[in-house]
Amino acid sequence: MPQALEGSQAIARAVALCRPQVVAAYPITPQTHIVENIAKLVADGALECEYVSVESEHSAASVVLGAAAAGARAYTASASQGILLMGEVLYNIAGLRIPLVLTCANRALSAPLSIWNDQQDSMAVRDAGWIQLYCAGNQEAVDTTIQAFRITQETELPVMVCVDGFTLTHTLEPIELPSQEDVDRFLPPFRFARALDPAQPLSLGTLVSPDWFTEARHSQHGALLAAAANIEAADADWAALTGRAWGGLLEVDGPAAARIGILTLGSISGTLQDARAAWPDLPPVRLLRLRAFRPFPAAALRAACEGLETLVVLERALSPGGGGIVTAELCAALYGLDAAPAVRGFAVGLGGRDVPLETYRRAVAAALAPEGGEFAVLDVDLDKLPEADRYPEAGPCAAPPVDSESSR
Amino acid sequence: MCGAAGRFGVFAMNESGNGTQPGGVDLDALRRRQPRFQGLDGGHRACLGCAQALAARLVLEAAGPDVAVANATGCLEVFTTPWPESAWRVPWLHSLFENAGAVASGMETAFKAQGRAVKVLAFAGDGGTFDIGFQSLSGMIERHHDVLYVCYDNEAYMNTGVQRSSSTPHAAATTTSPAGRERLGKRHLKKDILSIVAAHHMPYAATASVAYPSDLRKKVRRAVAVEGPTFLLIHSPCPLGWGHDGAKSIEVARLAIETGLVPLIELERGELIGAMPIREARPVTDYLKAQARFRHLFVDTPQAHRELEHLQALADHNIEIYGLRGTGPDPRDTASADTVRRGGARWA
Repeated sequence: MPQALEGSQAIARAVALCRPQVVAAYPITPQTHIVENIAKLVADGALECEYVSVESEHSAASVVLGAAAAGARAYTASASQGILLMGEVLYNIAGLRIPLVLTCANRALSAPLSIWNDQQDSMAVRDAGWIQLYCAGNQEAVDTTIQAFRITQETELPVMVCVDGFTLTHTLEPIELPSQEDVDRFLPPFRFARALDPAQPLSLGTLVSPDWFTEARHSQHGALLAAAANIEAADADWAALTGRAWGGLLEVDGPAAARIGILTLGSISGTLQDARAAWPDLPPVRLLRLRAFRPFPAAALRAACEGLETLVVLERALSPGGGGIVTAELCAALYGLDAAPAVRGFAVGLGGRDVPLETYRRAVAAALAPEGGEFAVLDVDLDKLPEADRYPEAGPCAAPPVDSESSR
Repeated sequence: MCGAAGRFGVFAMNESGNGTQPGGVDLDALRRRQPRFQGLDGGHRACLGCAQALAARLVLEAAGPDVAVANATGCLEVFTTPWPESAWRVPWLHSLFENAGAVASGMETAFKAQGRAVKVLAFAGDGGTFDIGFQSLSGMIERHHDVLYVCYDNEAYMNTGVQRSSSTPHAAATTTSPAGRERLGKRHLKKDILSIVAAHHMPYAATASVAYPSDLRKKVRRAVAVEGPTFLLIHSPCPLGWGHDGAKSIEVARLAIETGLVPLIELERGELIGAMPIREARPVTDYLKAQARFRHLFVDTPQAHRELEHLQALADHNIEIYGLRGTGPDPRDTASADTVRRGGARWA
């Protein structure tokens, strides 16, 4: 029976169902509710687990690294600046091929300071070597968290489960929590073949010369690519057990006859579905949702673009001076494809800016526009900006004139 | 038994006089007959005379084999594990430079969660302890993890080529605190890490030196027996960085103790409970002139004289506050030369 649960609470309960042995975390908005809920479960005796309150995110990641290396199922969660502070350790965890799960409650990066949602934080560590799964809603967040624990121990690759901060973490939804029996059936006890053990002493994290580094990276890249099969299998097996599937690597929703597609990640997809239903008179649209960003499902994307003339990308992050991150990766995936759709990339919903239903109509309008523009921020309000910042109309960058009165 | 060359080659020396236990088992004698466990094997790439390599071997002799090591980035990590080789006979994990305390915390928590009796050791240099890894060390102690944290203190960033750390002693020349026309080496005092660590309600924190191996091993055994965080700061000469012959590492280390510049002390819950006494303290110049990093102090200028006086005052201060001036037989002249008198001279 569904229960009304806040997203963070639901994720905490899902983590508990996976029987973690070590949880380490440091508070940061909007992640904090997740680990508060886990701490409460431990305090109430509802979860038998070592909860380690560390002094920084750098240490949170380091504690779970050490714990998993010593043979324990380990979990942590963070967001925004916390993900960046962890950045060094995230690369290290992945390079060491340590299996563990992290929830990223997606939030903007400073400066300017914003505690609100976008996905710049997880995008900033996309090259760390982690599996990254993005959730559209809280039921998916629950189910993906459980799947993540299985994927990580099958692949010996760390898994980051990304949920939009506030939009998901702080929203109450009816959630179907799986039974402990179902989770135990789905998720075998944790076992790490290279665990630290005095009976079989191994050295982990050694120095490698140029004779070996290339081979280590090659293996890691191959392992990430191969993990696509584990992600799909976990979703399929979970569906067999619970009746709920989330699209594996890429969720495709919409008519085959559609000539327009919209690609996005995370909770925006729910908004787009509602908007499509609200405006049935608009041309048919196929909605594509990247559930896995790493590994990047290039083949699935190419297949999903069959018949599309235009594909609009809506992403909650950007690479300043470059453009859209997902947009660029999509273009690379479609390069050389016969009848590849034209791509229109937009950043939207940065720093917690609301993404209303109207966004859908603007995306469709952009798809129908005869000329495709450069990558742009869809919902920027240029009227708030000085003339010089009104890209793309503005000319070359020039420092503002010095006010000789005030500088005296 | 003694003399039969075992696989491990090294046999224990008599460390303390008594030890016959009720029931007739002489535990000390028993221990003397045991080949020492070698957790760090030979064949690694340490420089000739590297005291850190010796210290790590001594620590594992006393702590092993039921241990697991979290090693910070640094010389020790680099010279012991050139893939695909490793000199470690204990489970060993190197993660990053500044997180040995946190990684060790995680390992210890995981072993506890699994009900396994494995003592976790954290190994780091002075850079990884005094500077970049200080926060994670502080967190590890505050959370009371059952970890022995060993800092191999060679008083500079040696792995990157001798740059000053907050452990570098005053007036020592390094590549980033060079001696020149205007400056006489490092301008700041060595951080008193032991007091800072002890201020964490620390069950046990001690200093040791490679010149006193029995004392070092005893402190390791004492620390490992504590259930909770413990800290051992091991003064470890670096011939390359300090500028002395590799064959002189032990002599240089011993002079640091005999001058009072490096006190060998034990603290429990912040209280001084043991110190190695010095009957006749030697002048600090005996220690300083043995090393090229202090060579610039031996010139006839008022500034150099003032620095030497300052360093002598630092040693005198240590001797005073830790009560190092012994009145009994000189420990250097006795069979038990390298043992700590519990309670030190002041409590004798």
